[in-house]
Amino acid sequence: MDAIILQILNGLDKGSAYALIALGLTLIFGTLGVVNFAHGALFMIGAFCAVTLSRLLSLSHEVAIPGQVDFLGNPATRDVPYVYDIFGEAAGAAIIDWSVPLAILLAIPVMIAVGVIMERGLIKHFYKRPHADQILVTFGLAIVLQEIIKYYYGANPIPAPAPQAFVGSFDFGALIGFEPGTIIYPYWRLVYFAFAVVIIGAVFAFLQFTTFGMVVRAGMADRETVGLLGINIDKRFTIMFGLAAAVAGLAGVMYAPITSPNYHMGMDFLVLSFVVVVVGGMGSLPGAVLAGFLLGILESFASMREVLEIVPGLNQIIIYLVAIVILLTRPRGLMGRKGVMED
Amino acid sequence: MFGLDKKDGSLLLIVTALVIFAPFLLNPFPEGSALAQFNAGYPDLMQRFVIFGIFAIGFNILFGLTGYLSFGHAAFLGVGSYAAMWMFKLFGMNVLPALALSMIMSALFAVVIGYVSLRRSGIYFSILTLAFAMMSYALAYSVLATDMDGPTQQGLLQKGLTGGETGLQLTLQDPRILGAQTTADGNIPVPTLFGLEMRSATELVLGDWVFTFSAGYYFSAVVMLIAFYLSIRIFRSPFGMVLRSIKSNQQRLTYTGMNPRPYMLAAFVISGMYAGLAGGLMAAMDPLAGPERMFWTASGEVVLMTILGGVGTLIGPVLGAGAIKYMENIISKINSDILHSWFAFLPDGLEDFIVAIIYPFIGKGWHLTLGIIFMLVVIFLPGGLVQGGQKLAALFRRKKQEDTKSATTEPAE
Repeated sequence: MDAIILQILNGLDKGSAYALIALGLTLIFGTLGVVNFAHGALFMIGAFCAVTLSRLLSLSHEVAIPGQVDFLGNPATRDVPYVYDIFGEAAGAAIIDWSVPLAILLAIPVMIAVGVIMERGLIKHFYKRPHADQILVTFGLAIVLQEIIKYYYGANPIPAPAPQAFVGSFDFGALIGFEPGTIIYPYWRLVYFAFAVVIIGAVFAFLQFTTFGMVVRAGMADRETVGLLGINIDKRFTIMFGLAAAVAGLAGVMYAPITSPNYHMGMDFLVLSFVVVVVGGMGSLPGAVLAGFLLGILESFASMREVLEIVPGLNQIIIYLVAIVILLTRPRGLMGRKGVMED
Repeated sequence: MFGLDKKDGSLLLIVTALVIFAPFLLNPFPEGSALAQFNAGYPDLMQRFVIFGIFAIGFNILFGLTGYLSFGHAAFLGVGSYAAMWMFKLFGMNVLPALALSMIMSALFAVVIGYVSLRRSGIYFSILTLAFAMMSYALAYSVLATDMDGPTQQGLLQKGLTGGETGLQLTLQDPRILGAQTTADGNIPVPTLFGLEMRSATELVLGDWVFTFSAGYYFSAVVMLIAFYLSIRIFRSPFGMVLRSIKSNQQRLTYTGMNPRPYMLAAFVISGMYAGLAGGLMAAMDPLAGPERMFWTASGEVVLMTILGGVGTLIGPVLGAGAIKYMENIISKINSDILHSWFAFLPDGLEDFIVAIIYPFIGKGWHLTLGIIFMLVVIFLPGGLVQGGQKLAALFRRKKQEDTKSATTEPAE
């Protein structure tokens, strides 16, 4: 029992990332009908927002330590971040410590801007062209974004640690009545899962309970009729693209402490996220979320030692295997709408 | 010639001539000069040109004709490489049986993957092929690399069927039942064509110029010419016409009473065999096979090559493969010191400024240039470089016609 719960928990953080990226992909596909291969790059840019903010916050200047000299007789100095000067030492240290969660504030405007520019500048011109062209041009864009990040940040992963309060693990098993020491779980992964749930809930609430969301949903169902009613649906879809980019970016920001951001992390996630979208059903938002968590958990079960002894290497191929079976038996995916991209 | 019409025949002749004289054409700069680094006429790179040319020609038969975008074509490349390596290890160092086995194995793979993937079209087809390729990669990387009793008992120094992360290599313990286990001086033998070593090369020194003629390159080149000729025949055949009609309107094809699926499967398998052949040649030129050849970035690379050169055109994929491999091997070597030496004639501030602008796009950043060019091609030139060339040619022709027209009309005024 405890082993099963542990595997479910282990699958949650990857599952959360899959679900968030797949949610954004589905939003874009459902609204604009565009297959966005650059979505992984947006995830990666989000993660680098966290890196950027933590670098910005720790920008520092030298201050002489009064009454001390180094061994050459010059006044000794130490580096003091500018944040300390503004907020005082204790608050400054806390701000630097919390740079990853704070990066959310940076990432939201940045990602929305990136998304809107991408849609208006490039993707707008590809609505009428075949899906293959959309895949190709966004694939090219992904390469370009990736290389720009690589140029400025280098090819090596850059660690972006979680706040001190969330470093380390805790005994989750003891909390829910198992023997202590059976289910050890890192704090940050739980935070990530909670964060993903909040974001997913927010997106669904936004679509369900606001007028804007209602119009967007109507546009997803029948774009032309909504346009005929005198609503500027293109503008709303552009905003939705920005929103989808922001969801991917936020997923990236919070993922930075789990995997040190590197320039190709987006591509690694993208391939799996596409599989997730297809399994969930192209164009179905709940399907994307469900499939994301499901495949994340499945992957973690497949990497159990007991399973690997029977079928070696199953953890590497399980997601693809599931995708192949689903595509062949139920082409519209778990929760796909009938008739949407079924051929 | 060979059943080709005049236009295709002359295209084949031009390509043949280019390929034969490539060691001269790609080495235009004398040895030791400042521009010598742009020389691409060394065997290793020329082999890559033609091998990736074969890969791209094959991909083009599938994507260019039927419009089905496979994102997992590198799986066949990898299978071809592994098959050729096993042939070298178990039977002998002759390349012909190795290439034959790599084509057979990749064809078998393509039949299985194609049969399943082709039941879906559009984005689903792309993702299915991607999933299969990534599965093959994961299998080659870990699962098939676990030790099995058979190979280890025979004393083969590698793990399992694929060798995992390190890949397959030749060893002195390989059985090679039809050839020598070791060379006379106790080394690992090299791939040969009936005794002609693939790595043997002769150099021709003409003044400052050094031209290298390598057996491996010419062998690959002959294979590529055959592959190119076959692809022309496929493009012009009734079979090719059916494939084109799948791209333009599959529904209508079904209504006329044709079942497109066998044709598509045939195209997929042919295309997979081309990839397997390319993989086998890669192993023949450099006896090594690793799982990274199957990774999805390798599949993405052949997509880039084909689109860049011109999808659906005959010569486009070869040009695209050449362009990308040239960038990868030549442009990527330019570092900031070399740039500074080029612009040294400028005033210091201006020099630094220009170098700072250019530097991100070349050297290690060549991928950025590639991505930008690729996007521009997809947006403005769906026919790739070939279409660009045709447009330019048409522009000049029109200008000339206008010139002659105005020349003839002017006196009348």
